[in-house]
Amino acid sequence: MIAQHLPVLQIVLPLMAAPICVLIRHPKVVWIWATLVSWLCLPISILLLVQVVESGAIVYELGGWAAPWGIEYRIDMLNAFVLVIVAAVGAVVMPYARRTVAAEIPVSRVYLFYTMLLLCETGLLGITITGDAFNLFVFMEVSSLSSYVLISFGKDRRALTAAYRYLIMGTIGATFYILGVGLMYNATGSLNIHDLSQLIPKLAGSRTVEAALAFLTVGLGLKLALFPLHMWLPNAYTYAPSAVTVFLAATATKVAVYALIRVAYTIFGSVDILNFVPVRDMLMVMALLAMFIGSLVAIYQLNIKRMLAYSSVAQIGYMVLGLSFDTVTGVAAGIIHLFNHAMMKGGLFMVMGAVALQVGSVRLSGMAGLGRKMPLTMAAFVAGGLSLIGVPLTVGFVSKWYLIQAALEKGAWPMAVLIVLSSLLAVIYVWRVVEVIYFRPPNEKTEDATEAPLELLIPIWVLIGASVYFGIDATTTLDVAIAAAKALLGAGS
Amino acid sequence: MDAFPGLLPYWLVIVLMMLGFYIVIAHTNLTKKIIGLNVFQVSVFLLYITMGRVTGGTAPILDEGITVYSNPLPHVLILTAIVVGVATTALGLALVVRIRDAYGTIEDDEIDDLEEQA
Repeated sequence: MIAQHLPVLQIVLPLMAAPICVLIRHPKVVWIWATLVSWLCLPISILLLVQVVESGAIVYELGGWAAPWGIEYRIDMLNAFVLVIVAAVGAVVMPYARRTVAAEIPVSRVYLFYTMLLLCETGLLGITITGDAFNLFVFMEVSSLSSYVLISFGKDRRALTAAYRYLIMGTIGATFYILGVGLMYNATGSLNIHDLSQLIPKLAGSRTVEAALAFLTVGLGLKLALFPLHMWLPNAYTYAPSAVTVFLAATATKVAVYALIRVAYTIFGSVDILNFVPVRDMLMVMALLAMFIGSLVAIYQLNIKRMLAYSSVAQIGYMVLGLSFDTVTGVAAGIIHLFNHAMMKGGLFMVMGAVALQVGSVRLSGMAGLGRKMPLTMAAFVAGGLSLIGVPLTVGFVSKWYLIQAALEKGAWPMAVLIVLSSLLAVIYVWRVVEVIYFRPPNEKTEDATEAPLELLIPIWVLIGASVYFGIDATTTLDVAIAAAKALLGAGS
Repeated sequence: MDAFPGLLPYWLVIVLMMLGFYIVIAHTNLTKKIIGLNVFQVSVFLLYITMGRVTGGTAPILDEGITVYSNPLPHVLILTAIVVGVATTALGLALVVRIRDAYGTIEDDEIDDLEEQA
């Protein structure tokens, strides 16, 4: 009987656990509670993925009310994959969080931190699992509001202005999204995503639907930090507490990319509209700009967290580039990069959190000579960096390979050249840090640094290890990504 | 296309949306930005409610003898969106209070100067 209700359990579990965190004031107990809950969410998401792989899409009607009047949760391959990503990152961040949170957040506020973290996870899981467009907005705001609070927990006072700027831009994005949903409702009378995918094609020529697509794309573009709507991301990732940066970098933008895929390929999939409203071309241009400008700006950063944040902007460009090709390989490349980037960036930001804990600084000067003082942590950084570049035997290579293959399939070999060039830019900014870590003597900041505690090392190596493992044996993740892409494109055009 | 008076609510939506957006962009005072955000959100609410109006329909509350109701779904959607807007405003204002404590000012350009010096 539980198996029947797994979809709603996935949401109800963290949602109900969050207020209980407010009642538990003791920092250690609340951490144990939050860790248990996030560790429970992971098997639920894996079970859902296994169920979808075996028997096709799961449709769960909330409260027994049938769609399109009731809200339904509809889980297909793409959904289930992203659910596993979010749940896995949540499960890995919780054990990592205890030490870093204890160092960065006042003891009296720790219980509030874990409440917000669980709420954020609920919101992200909800966006992924729901089959109703307005329900998506509600969960999007749940996750966004809790992220604003999480970012504002940072020690530096600039965390407050970063959270404020993210709030303004994020709310504008959400409002644009809800405008798009309203216009679609105006035209079709339905809010259910599956239903809309049947009703929208007949109305493809109307201004309402075109305007809806425009608003949805811009709104979600703001949420996923597509260039030039990425202005909130660098400050938010840099000044947030370490655990928050890891969690948000690995999940928040990925889920927004998922929402964009839903809109572009499920709702507007079987519609010619995307050929005469050049959304795909626009996304392609923005993605290319993001790839280059993100990587270029990253090269000049002295704060390593900020460098990784700009690198994220570039990597999101890769994901959206994959989406903008209208082929199975392209969309599969975008989807597989969702997973790969979550592993890579999550691991890299975890390394930076460990450095912040041991050295007290995340600037380039604070990493001098750490290769000898913190060997395992720095080895993880190198592995993550290699993955960012796209060296074979890491997950980064798998994504780039598929992306280049997709570009070549379309005959766009200049684009393949551009993809390789931007990877070379990644070499520059990764090498900059590696050189300081291994080839400079320790300075007064790093002299007394010791290896990161086991509590931090294990989550770091789980994520980095996953990024190496799935780079060597990518069959499982690739199968899921390609199956998801086929389902999306097959249902559409 | 209908005559201008018939489309008045939609014109109001556009005007409010652009006004709200302009306030967010142009004003440097953090609290005024939040006010602009509210105006921006209100325009969206207005759009939804205008859509829900059925000619000759009354408020969507069941009563004997009435056959034509306005569409209740947009009303429900807007209630949700209003609550989200209230939560966002509350959070934004709380952040402004803390920014005031940390920086001593709530003017965007002064905060930028302080941040650059830091």
